[in-house]
Amino acid sequence: MIYFQVLANGLVLGGLYACIAAGFSLVWGVLNVINILHGTFIVLGSYIALFSYNFLGIHPFISVITAGALLYLIGHLVQSSLINRVIAAPVLMTLTLTFGLDLLLNNLMLVAFKADYRKLVLDNPLGRLELGPIFMPLDRIAAMGLALLLTFLLHRLLRDSRIGRAIIAVRMDREAASLMGVNVSRINAITFGLGAMMAGAAGSLLSIVYPISPLNSGMFLGKAFVICVLGGLGSVPGAIVGGLALGVIESFGAIWFGPEHAVTISFTLLILILIFRPAGLMGKRGFE
Amino acid sequence: MKHWLWLAAFVAACALVPLFGNNYALRLATIMCLYAGLALSWNFIGGMAGYPSFATAAFFGLGAYVSAVLQAKGVPFVAAWAAAGFAATIFAALIGMAILHLKGHYFAIASLAVVEVLREVVNTAEGLTGGGMGINIPLQGMSADVQARLFFFVMLTMTVVLLAATIIVSTSKLGFGLRCISQNEDAADILGINTTFYKVAAFSLSAFGVAIIGAIYASWVQYIEPPDVFDILYSVKPLVMVLLGGLGTIFGPVIGAVLYLALEELVWRNFLTVHAAVLGALIVALVLFLPNGVGAMFRQWRKRPAVQS
Repeated sequence: MIYFQVLANGLVLGGLYACIAAGFSLVWGVLNVINILHGTFIVLGSYIALFSYNFLGIHPFISVITAGALLYLIGHLVQSSLINRVIAAPVLMTLTLTFGLDLLLNNLMLVAFKADYRKLVLDNPLGRLELGPIFMPLDRIAAMGLALLLTFLLHRLLRDSRIGRAIIAVRMDREAASLMGVNVSRINAITFGLGAMMAGAAGSLLSIVYPISPLNSGMFLGKAFVICVLGGLGSVPGAIVGGLALGVIESFGAIWFGPEHAVTISFTLLILILIFRPAGLMGKRGFE
Repeated sequence: MKHWLWLAAFVAACALVPLFGNNYALRLATIMCLYAGLALSWNFIGGMAGYPSFATAAFFGLGAYVSAVLQAKGVPFVAAWAAAGFAATIFAALIGMAILHLKGHYFAIASLAVVEVLREVVNTAEGLTGGGMGINIPLQGMSADVQARLFFFVMLTMTVVLLAATIIVSTSKLGFGLRCISQNEDAADILGINTTFYKVAAFSLSAFGVAIIGAIYASWVQYIEPPDVFDILYSVKPLVMVLLGGLGTIFGPVIGAVLYLALEELVWRNFLTVHAAVLGALIVALVLFLPNGVGAMFRQWRKRPAVQS
């Protein structure tokens, strides 16, 4: 049965997609900022994993920590020094700002790392899983597991920690949170940092699945858009459901309509969902 | 009346270029008219109505491809351009009715998705469009010199038409309604403005201008491919120009286009490998320091007391 294999491929891909979208969704939901930089952050995470492995021999699964930490710092800095200045401006302004930052960072990465597609080849792959009709490299399954674990940890962080509760409070009502003594601009910076951290971690995990190049950032960003809309904004469970759904839809779309239509399918889906169910499949909040 | 005088002055200044300038100046002036036209078109929906549309690249590519396919089938170019304009207007009206009820970021994303979908559709419809191979638009049997002049005047005409349309719209009921929508859509609705109709009208008008410019562009460069004409930068550049010149104003988009082109030309020439980075830094600086455009800066500067005590 080919369909089991396709479903398994889709779910493994979907776990990684969930990790891609969780940070993006958090930033969009809490700060009301569409972070165009997200795709470039992911690619930066992949490069950190690639260089760590090639020069220091550090496994990409461990680079998740360094890439996440480094990207957190970058994200925190970008938000506190730049985006916080225009956070109250209309949508167009913050969108244009992150677009400009993305042009800047992506171009610098092109100059520094070149546009060549590179591949991280593991010296000692874990082997493969054979489960009846399904074949799957164990590395990918481990990457998916880690991705879902990270996304789950983010969810717990938002639920259980003081910082997490403050972030949720800002998402619900910025002014009220401020009146309750929450330092909103600090929470903004932490939230953006967390978003970037998730991007960096996802990038490290993706480095063993996807070829690495600065040119990939647009593709990752596009996926994050679709997943966010699919799962509903600002909710981590929504990102998981949306990610898994997109992975499965892409896999089945590829065998039914051909892989060249994958982008068309996912973006058509995006427009349709925006029209008919703007709060997303899991979302509860309004769409304004 | 003052607006029309400025319009005449703009036309006169542009018409002087082919008389005195060399071919480089002529090419630059053509690009300037192209940019100004795109910025003016975007201003209807993005500036006046305040809807952050990223669909400009979709209309640009659609116009370019409709006219290219028609010309490849033997339709004369002027008819093909007009057909491109009407096709995009109808397309924008249909898409607009579906996505213009979304607000803020959601509208931005939906309009961005329109670009991605159209690009992939054109990419995969190989029988009609040549797919990734692109499409050649046959020469019209003129010398290169005559062609350069022809396309400059055509582009200039289109810009003037759009500028005139901006003046008319902005002083009419439509412009008033769009500004109301931009300030408070619910209030506009309650005051009896048919917001859906106004938004769709602005979106379609914007698409009409962009598509014809795309069609002229395709004939001008004579070869188009999907990543070229559906480039997302065609959505972003007009937006930056309008921000530079002043959102929702009449001459702001033109001033923004001139300034942007000057900066772009300077950056391209001096920083070839990092031009995108410099452009990015410019956008960042613009948002942080000049959010209301250069026009507002000058107005503030004039209001300053002459002698400071």
